[in-house]
Amino acid sequence: MPDQLSAWQLILSGDPALFAIVKLSLAVSLSAAALAALVAMPLGALLALTRFPGRFSLVVLLNALMGLPPVVVGLAVYLLLSRSGPLGAMGILFTPSAMVIAQTILIVPIIAALTRQTVEDLWAEYRDELTAMDVGPAGRMATLLWDARYSLLTALLAGFGRAAAEVGAVMIVGGNIEGFTRTMTTAVALETSKGNLPLAMGLGLVLVAIVLAINAAAWGTRVWSERQVG
Amino acid sequence: MTFRFSALLSALLLGAIASVAPTRAQDRSIVVASTTSTQDSGLFGHLLPLFKAKTNIDVKVIAQGTGQALDTARRGDADVVFVHAKSQEEKFLAEGFGVKRFDVTYNDFVLIGPKGDPAGIKGKDIETALKAIQAKGAPFVSRGDKSGTHSAELALWKQADIDIATAKGPWYREIGQGMGAALNTAAAMNGYVLSDRGTWISFRNRGDLEIAVEGDRRLFNQYGVMLVNPEKYPSVKKELGQAFIDWLISAEGQAAIADYKIDGQQLFFPNAEKKGS
Amino acid sequence: MRAPVSDLPLVLDNVSLQAGATVILDRLSLAIAPGAPTLIIGPNGSGKTTLLRLCMGLVRPSAGRVSWGGRTNSAPVRRAILFQRPVMLRRSAAANVAYALAQAGTPRRERTAHIANLLERVGLADLARRPARRLSGGEQQRLALARALARDPEILLLDEPTASLDPAATRAVEEIVRMAAQSGIKIVMASHDLGQVRRLAGDVVFLVRGALCERGPAAKFLDHPTTQEAAAFLRGDLVI
Repeated sequence: MPDQLSAWQLILSGDPALFAIVKLSLAVSLSAAALAALVAMPLGALLALTRFPGRFSLVVLLNALMGLPPVVVGLAVYLLLSRSGPLGAMGILFTPSAMVIAQTILIVPIIAALTRQTVEDLWAEYRDELTAMDVGPAGRMATLLWDARYSLLTALLAGFGRAAAEVGAVMIVGGNIEGFTRTMTTAVALETSKGNLPLAMGLGLVLVAIVLAINAAAWGTRVWSERQVG
Repeated sequence: MTFRFSALLSALLLGAIASVAPTRAQDRSIVVASTTSTQDSGLFGHLLPLFKAKTNIDVKVIAQGTGQALDTARRGDADVVFVHAKSQEEKFLAEGFGVKRFDVTYNDFVLIGPKGDPAGIKGKDIETALKAIQAKGAPFVSRGDKSGTHSAELALWKQADIDIATAKGPWYREIGQGMGAALNTAAAMNGYVLSDRGTWISFRNRGDLEIAVEGDRRLFNQYGVMLVNPEKYPSVKKELGQAFIDWLISAEGQAAIADYKIDGQQLFFPNAEKKGS
Repeated sequence: MRAPVSDLPLVLDNVSLQAGATVILDRLSLAIAPGAPTLIIGPNGSGKTTLLRLCMGLVRPSAGRVSWGGRTNSAPVRRAILFQRPVMLRRSAAANVAYALAQAGTPRRERTAHIANLLERVGLADLARRPARRLSGGEQQRLALARALARDPEILLLDEPTASLDPAATRAVEEIVRMAAQSGIKIVMASHDLGQVRRLAGDVVFLVRGALCERGPAAKFLDHPTTQEAAAFLRGDLVI
């Protein structure tokens, strides 16, 4: 990417390197959000609906893990995926797959904790009816997760936002390789360290604009859907 | 949220996952652990397309400090290392992690400082300059990150008979970051900093800084390349990695290095051992 | 295949229920047999809601026994309950009924016919595709009835279902309940409305402070109560 052009000029001229970076950022963070939701939503629902010794501690731990530092997650995943580490044979270090794994781990706690809260609140409302209809444990989870879908979409967005914004994890496990693992956040970090501050700021604003657009689209969809289905 | 919307969302997310899933195909690529100075100066941006055009091999560069690059290779996470700290490289070889070391090119360091020159070193030789900076306690930014530049800086203090570990005071700022960040910091606090010429030329945020000392033979900076030892890590792509090394030290690669200019200035001076000499 | 055994008679044998220090039901003995609707009345806090939840099997007594057709452990396969404020699932009216049918084990290919049938029965056929949460209070209660009837219940328990409804909606609900009773479903309904009791009841159960105060056929109870509390209650006095 030429240094002298501002970020906006790059967008308008359709700079392929910039679009590749944006595409990768979205692919990695959206994938992480999807995979994390797959794990975290049932986990959160399970925590909300079951009672077992140590449950309270687990809930507190989950809430605390929302604040996992990305760079620590990145380092841990790096040590796992390194050739000299236990999973080195997979050979996925310094690839987008590793970045997705790191971000997924990072955002599972936040999606799970929000899901747990949402499902717990909804269960309080639905408890009598579902018990009266003799709905089994699996049915309860499925019913509550589906009925809570708007709040869960918000939880998904929260996870996506956290993933899209972080730089520590993807920098360590991705390596910021030009053309392969460079995302918007690592590009901003790189341009800053090179002293190209206007370009770095421009890239940062592009990232913010994209995340804002995604949030607006999701919110708009939610409003429209609620009008349809109540 | 209708079923249609959920289906659309799921399709989008599946598409995202598919695009980042690991590929099983044997891709023609190598991982090269190198330094931030080779990246920031734009040398790789110039060389790699030429190499790819000739061999169809993708070179994935992880740009870290020299120390970190060598550590990455020690863990088997790179195929080739391309760094500039001969003593660290020879230690790497002695530990058995590298196959053979080749000289590739050299560039030079320059001592950058504020136009006001509080230590009064402009035009002096590097030893005198460092002594003056330490004596006056003029602000000095150090990479502090085990990089090649950091190693060179420490070697220069030693040559100037200054034990920097004990002599440093609040005037000596170790930031533990790359060259660009070091220059940024020096610009912000109007201090001195040792930089490679290539990064300096492409650096845009100069503030009040300019070159204070250059051309001293002691400021020459040698780059070396090594293949990571496949006996330690069978996963090392030795044919592709060796192809890259061979190209760098070949006449063609050396010419490409010499060709790289910023603002008409040549930054890197190829000096690989010529075959048959 | 529906369970071949019956939940009736529903017998409470010296049942007490305590929550902490508070006694909600006090040594209650009651038998509910098939036949005309049984209406449960009494002042607020007399334990009507808890009695119904006990009959449904949602709570267990602290003392005493509840048995359904002689069994103390009976899954609520052919029982249904309606709460004062129904909770609608976030989907259409028809989908709510479909859900109830699915939970009751109705085979998939039969469901569409049943849904149409049930919505017709409760007068909501036109609103099948409306989001259930956007129905009016009366419509939601009728949909709750459709969900309950989807279980093909033997016993239908209702906890003051018309307490928050206007007269027109009340009449619609009562009509559905009456027709359900006529089709053979045993109705057990808590009510605050003496007029409703007169309109619907076969027999009346009168609770005071968690204990059975009086019981008898509706006409006899309403016109000639035997206990002082019942007489006071029917007069409109506060029964403490």
